[in-house]
Amino acid sequence: MYQGIKISGFGGQGVISAGYLLAQAGMMEGKEVSFFPAYGAEMRGGTANCSIVVASDEVSTPIVSTPDTAIVFNEPSLAKFEPMVKPGGLLIINSSLINSKATRTDIKVLYIPCNEIAGELGNGKVMNMVALGAFAAATGAISIDAIEKALPKVYKKLKPEVIELNVKALRRGAEIKA
Amino acid sequence: MAEKKLMKGNEALAEGAVRAGCRFFAGYPITPQNEIPEYMSWRLPQAGGAFVQSESEVSAINMVYGAAATGVRCMTSSSSPGMSLKQEGMSYCAGADLPVFIGNVMRGGPGLGNIAGAQGDYWQATRGGGHGDYRTFVMAPNSVTEMGNFPHKCYEVAFKYRIPSMVLADGIIGQMMEPIEFTTPEINPKALIEPAWALGVNNGRAKRIVKSYDLREGYLEVMVNERVKRYKEIEANETMYEEKMMDDAEIAIVAYGTSARVSVAAMKLAREKGLKVGLLRPITLWPFPKARLVDLSKRIKKFLVVEMSLGQMVEDVQLSLNGRAEVHLLAKPGAAVMTADEVYKTMDAIVKKGAKEYAAAK
Repeated sequence: MYQGIKISGFGGQGVISAGYLLAQAGMMEGKEVSFFPAYGAEMRGGTANCSIVVASDEVSTPIVSTPDTAIVFNEPSLAKFEPMVKPGGLLIINSSLINSKATRTDIKVLYIPCNEIAGELGNGKVMNMVALGAFAAATGAISIDAIEKALPKVYKKLKPEVIELNVKALRRGAEIKA
Repeated sequence: MAEKKLMKGNEALAEGAVRAGCRFFAGYPITPQNEIPEYMSWRLPQAGGAFVQSESEVSAINMVYGAAATGVRCMTSSSSPGMSLKQEGMSYCAGADLPVFIGNVMRGGPGLGNIAGAQGDYWQATRGGGHGDYRTFVMAPNSVTEMGNFPHKCYEVAFKYRIPSMVLADGIIGQMMEPIEFTTPEINPKALIEPAWALGVNNGRAKRIVKSYDLREGYLEVMVNERVKRYKEIEANETMYEEKMMDDAEIAIVAYGTSARVSVAAMKLAREKGLKVGLLRPITLWPFPKARLVDLSKRIKKFLVVEMSLGQMVEDVQLSLNGRAEVHLLAKPGAAVMTADEVYKTMDAIVKKGAKEYAAAK
């Protein structure tokens, strides 16, 4: 099993922490993992991205040039990462903020209104968890349980009720069918 | 079993240094190594050590010169442009036989370059970098676990042979997170025996002087030649490398750091397609695994050096092989990273077309 993942969006959308969370969850599930954040001149409002590998064997390189899955939270990220997705791979598009449609026909595409769903749950900030839930359910690369268990390890300062909200968002995302 | 922990390469290097007995750090911020001083700023006081954010890279290297002269395990770190500023101080450390430990997390160059990972400081690190004739013990990690465990070896060699030591990483190794396992023992610096040359409180013992010169006629030559003996011992005893799938290899990749990680992915691709590829990964860049290359060349006649630079280590491979085998180069300067597919295609071209056609195709 090998799953190379790219997550991309505006700084502040939880791109980097979502990636860190996936790596932590994968590790806790006993898989080999790596996490590499793009660390350019990113700032709040700019575009940030990160690469995650979750695999059953040793991770040869942390650099993901042809992702099995790309999760894009904003318009510029769609333009940048859609062409890179491996044929047969998965593209998760945050349709709350992205109006464009994917042009490729050789990949699976999920349109998820992440911000709206998170808003309905009570806090727009958990939009990244909606996407992770959908990713986990669609690929089976990481279990929802593992992500749940990893949450307090990554978000060390969050109150239990906020963790609970993140879990809700994850589960809601997992209900979305590919 | 201890719980596995995800750690950033830079943090692992800092923690590894503290575990290896480092109790003094001086440095000045620069991306992509800022997590090292950030980590040291809280970790060292916790361990009973001291952290100084200096006013410049130049003062930082001179502060560790002073700390090392007292026999303390100390460290400074920087990234490429900052390392250039430290070179004068490094030459003085080498001249005074001081066991300083330096971390360089390389970024794109020359000049200000950019903050992405690169491998353009190979020559600077392995050729001395500063003025005069000297060597630095240089280790090149390719994972977060190695970032955490190499400081131990660096201090060991630095103190045994009285030589500056360095971990030469690239920005990708510094910034990435992986599960880490510290395998080296924790050193209590108070339990270490004070070196016979270390400065400190003179309780009636003989005078000790740490300096990088001797003005008596002909004595510089004596000093340097005495050091050369230690360099030869290091070359004989401390050379480290790792090999993968070399037993039946028809072509060997030589790569270190992130290039070596990408090369492993390329090697897997190649093996799936029936291309017999092996990897030699130098772990110490100085001393360089010359003898091993010569050994391999008895059987393998094609070598491909993969580097994130214009091609620097390739010269060490050529010097080692000295015409015994073909040496090819896949170079990515300007903080670019090769893909596994590119490495595979380059190997395929070398093996299938033969060297001449490959050169012509370029």
